[in-house]
Amino acid sequence: MNPPAVQSFYQQISANRRRSVLLVLLLTALLGVFGFVIGYAVSGAPEGGIVAVVVAVIIALLLSSVSYFAGDSIVLGASGARQVDEASAPQLMNVVREMSIAANVPPPRVYVINDTAPNAFATGRDPQHASVAVTTGLLEKLDREELQGVIGHELSHVRNLDIRFALLVAVLVGSIALLADFFLRFTFWGGLGGGRRSRSGRDGGGGLVIIMIVVGLILAIVAPIVARFVQMAVSRQREYLADASGVELTRNPYGLERALAKISSDREVLEVANRATQHLYFVNPIKKWEDRASGLMATHPPIVERINRLRALTGQAPVDARSVSALAGLD
Amino acid sequence: MELVWIVLIVLAVIVIGGILIYNGLVQRRLRIDEAFAQIEVQLKRRWDLIPNLVNAVKGYMGFEQSVLENVTQARANAVTAGAQGPAAQAQAEGMLTGALRSLFAVVENYPELKANQNVLELQEQLTTTENQIGFARQHYNAVVLDYNTSIATIPNVLIAGPFGFSKREFFDAEPEAAQVPTVDLGTYNPPSAG
Repeated sequence: MNPPAVQSFYQQISANRRRSVLLVLLLTALLGVFGFVIGYAVSGAPEGGIVAVVVAVIIALLLSSVSYFAGDSIVLGASGARQVDEASAPQLMNVVREMSIAANVPPPRVYVINDTAPNAFATGRDPQHASVAVTTGLLEKLDREELQGVIGHELSHVRNLDIRFALLVAVLVGSIALLADFFLRFTFWGGLGGGRRSRSGRDGGGGLVIIMIVVGLILAIVAPIVARFVQMAVSRQREYLADASGVELTRNPYGLERALAKISSDREVLEVANRATQHLYFVNPIKKWEDRASGLMATHPPIVERINRLRALTGQAPVDARSVSALAGLD
Repeated sequence: MELVWIVLIVLAVIVIGGILIYNGLVQRRLRIDEAFAQIEVQLKRRWDLIPNLVNAVKGYMGFEQSVLENVTQARANAVTAGAQGPAAQAQAEGMLTGALRSLFAVVENYPELKANQNVLELQEQLTTTENQIGFARQHYNAVVLDYNTSIATIPNVLIAGPFGFSKREFFDAEPEAAQVPTVDLGTYNPPSAG
């Protein structure tokens, strides 16, 4: 049997970044093609598509801007987080400060959530406006090294500007959804193609317009679904990136690996989380199998995969799902 | 006429590109200085914590005077070495790290001391200080790597050489860091377990 491959975290970081950028380009191309088709179908000329795309992007941007600017206070308020300082949580503040020094970012505000389920999240549009929250369950169950791994991961989300990245993706996905919605309404209620307009006569392409309409309708149904899949794939890539960047900070994959193993073995449910906020957390807080979307629709990669990628950094053999609790030292 | 325009545009691109590259190199070099200053900040923090720690344990560790004296002396040496240049400073700080490690190894043998709240808090403070020093050095090495890489790669290497940008050194671990700390208990017999 071949010895397990060894990777450096630099390699993993580059690969994860590259994949997430390619996915965003894919989304942009999808938006562009969709806009072109709709423009042709509606006005008989592709220029209309540019107008449609611009309007959709502006609307999507406005809708997303609320969550961009106020999102962190909304999420922190909804989860009942209370801010802590040196006196109330000295070790946590120390670990956060250590990671901020390693990352060369200003230390974020630190919050604690009263819940026995171990989990954590980071919010904030850039390092100057960032917050990190952990549950009391996490503080109790993890040791200092494991806590450092988790905080390194969360701070990496901040320094990789993942909230901004997620906003970009959300605007693209939202624009595609808006265009699809507009086109479907238009075909039901309004005139199809450029047949009504005197201008279209010069195209000589009544047939082409009909093809565009058909393609447009197919895209209007399929494109938003594909866009959501791509959005989830981007989210997963950024989670892998945060794991690898966290190791770049701590230079210690074992802490994060044990933390993941411990948290995944824990069966407690994080009460304040729901579908709307699940993507923010360190591991997906929704434990019930039927509630948590898996595979293509998962916001987080499977924990076993995340552990195995960390094990690849130190040349350890990958494990399967049943061995995870042994890793946590809980057996 | 067109050829003149093309030549002018190419020249402008080269000059502007050169300026951007030069500025980038200057920024990276300044980051190294900043990162070095940050290490100094952490080292000074450790100097300030040590007298508190020595006072907290002194009452309990009547027989361990040599260990405590080592720590106090090493700290004094590190403070004065600060003015003697980076090499002397690095060596003095390394000896201080070793002395602290010996101290904590000895503390393990005193159950009362291990449970003392002051000592626990100071231990956490020193742990985090050691970590912060380590991470400050790690960040320093990261910016040195970034700078050394950028002056060696094309096209930056064309600007770096003529304008005097030279390689910077990494912060290596002191040789003392690889040594296991020695623990001298003198004539004291630690209480037996159980």
